Amino acid sequence: MIRDITIGQYYPAESPIHRLDPRVKIVCTLLFLVSLFIQNSLPGYVIATIFLGCVISMSRVPVKYIVKGLKPIVILLMFTVVMNLFLTRGGDTLVHFWIFTITEEGLRTSVFMAVRLIYLVMGSSIMTFTTSPNGLTDGLEKLLRPLNKINVPVHEVAMMMSIALRFIPILLEETDKIMKAQIARGADFESGNIIQRAKAMTPILVPLFVSAFRRANDLAMAMEARCYNGGEGRTKMKPLRYKAQDRWAYVITVIYMIVIFAVGRFVPFKLWIF
Amino acid sequence: MSIALEHVNYVYSPGTAYEKHALKDVSLEIAQGQFVGIIGHTGSGKSTLIQHLNGLMKATSGKVLYDGQNIYDEGYDMKRLRSQVGLVFQYPEYQLFEEDVLRDVCFGPKNQGLSAEECEKCAREALDLVGFPEKYYRQSPFELSGGQKRRVAIAGILAMHPKVLVLDEPTAGLDPKGRDEILDQIEHLHRETGMTVILVSHSMEDIANYVERIIVMNRGEKMLDGVPKEVFSHYKELEKVGLAAPQVTYVMHDLKERGFQVSTDATTIGEAADEIMRSFHD
Repeated sequence: MIRDITIGQYYPAESPIHRLDPRVKIVCTLLFLVSLFIQNSLPGYVIATIFLGCVISMSRVPVKYIVKGLKPIVILLMFTVVMNLFLTRGGDTLVHFWIFTITEEGLRTSVFMAVRLIYLVMGSSIMTFTTSPNGLTDGLEKLLRPLNKINVPVHEVAMMMSIALRFIPILLEETDKIMKAQIARGADFESGNIIQRAKAMTPILVPLFVSAFRRANDLAMAMEARCYNGGEGRTKMKPLRYKAQDRWAYVITVIYMIVIFAVGRFVPFKLWIF
Repeated sequence: MSIALEHVNYVYSPGTAYEKHALKDVSLEIAQGQFVGIIGHTGSGKSTLIQHLNGLMKATSGKVLYDGQNIYDEGYDMKRLRSQVGLVFQYPEYQLFEEDVLRDVCFGPKNQGLSAEECEKCAREALDLVGFPEKYYRQSPFELSGGQKRRVAIAGILAMHPKVLVLDEPTAGLDPKGRDEILDQIEHLHRETGMTVILVSHSMEDIANYVERIIVMNRGEKMLDGVPKEVFSHYKELEKVGLAAPQVTYVMHDLKERGFQVSTDATTIGEAADEIMRSFHD
């Protein structure tokens, strides 16, 4: 039930993508996200699809698992598609019905927007699926280190992020447990109108908050007991160092960016056939 | 009102890296009124097993029969099943949420559709059964001590008048005094009400004194099933899977090895003492 939520989770596996330096994955993911926005044509999307497909198959994360991660954005996705479909005007009119008009341009935009959103989530999921929360934090911390000079508490931010990520599965499991316990006491979360349903959430939310605070307290205590006092003077057991594979990953991503930019720029815009 | 499991299998997250076969072909029957202990190491599948008893988890394959009826049948009344098979989870105090103790215990009966007065009557009876002092009825459940919270949580299930009471590690995290109190209370309950009690634990010592039947789980399979004496006679095998027989079993075996004429059947300290005295008198 609630454990099906996979977005933002780590999927342990042995793969070239898992072995990459977290910094590479963060930067390349960002570049990939940018690449989705600097072009808007069929060839561009084809190239992005090939690139994403290669990365996914290399990562050895089951496609089923990645698709499951799309569940939380389904509503947003449908909303975007519908809005674009009916409100974008341009080109020939395909369907006209009462106050609804679907134009060629509207169909184009809504399909591209949907693909863009899906790739956005898939691209970033691949990063979190293949990078452990610790790796992610280390990478982010090192990447943002220059910001320390302008008094941004980089280490603290990175630490908060990693704790937040680490707590997603814990709290999900906790929710699952509390839900089951209340169902065992005859609670009903599935029937009734929206107000009754919201009220039925109290027996879950109160214990969940109590437990979140308790865990936060325990964690703070445990960190203090280990003399944690922020990033100052803290060294790493496994400092991040770029290897050959990381350089190759950068090179490949940069080539991909150049290609997609060139395609967006020089290939005739309208290759889309209706 | 017997509960029976027939060839039950359960697999967690099938088809992913997290796949885990938690129950392997488990079959067992528990008759009404029995006091059963389910014992096993962490991850042996005992918690998964008991969640099948009231339909919270659906077996990947196999049948669960309550009172002779398959609970996976179309249109089976799960709500009724859940009020008849009361399940007290591990650390049940984490599910408390109401403003005061009495109202929290009323949650179960209220969900059964009883009127406010009836709910309160059930709640008072249940709190009385677990020996919870009346002067704290109007206190916030969050301000109680660990042992008291647990009593309230157990009362929350008892207030629904279940015919079967399943408790998952009811003594986890309690001090020895709290542990003994809770276990004595459960035994008292069993004697008073005649309900079936299923007690899950990883400590033989805890349950040896109370139960009339022990089911040993190991890696998702039922390893042993029988009266305590019989199960403890396999103490060598129990050790291999990280469990142990009660200490008296070892004492009696050692005594016998050194030439004392004692039987090794004793499972409680009282029985052991009687047996040793007897051997001296003979």
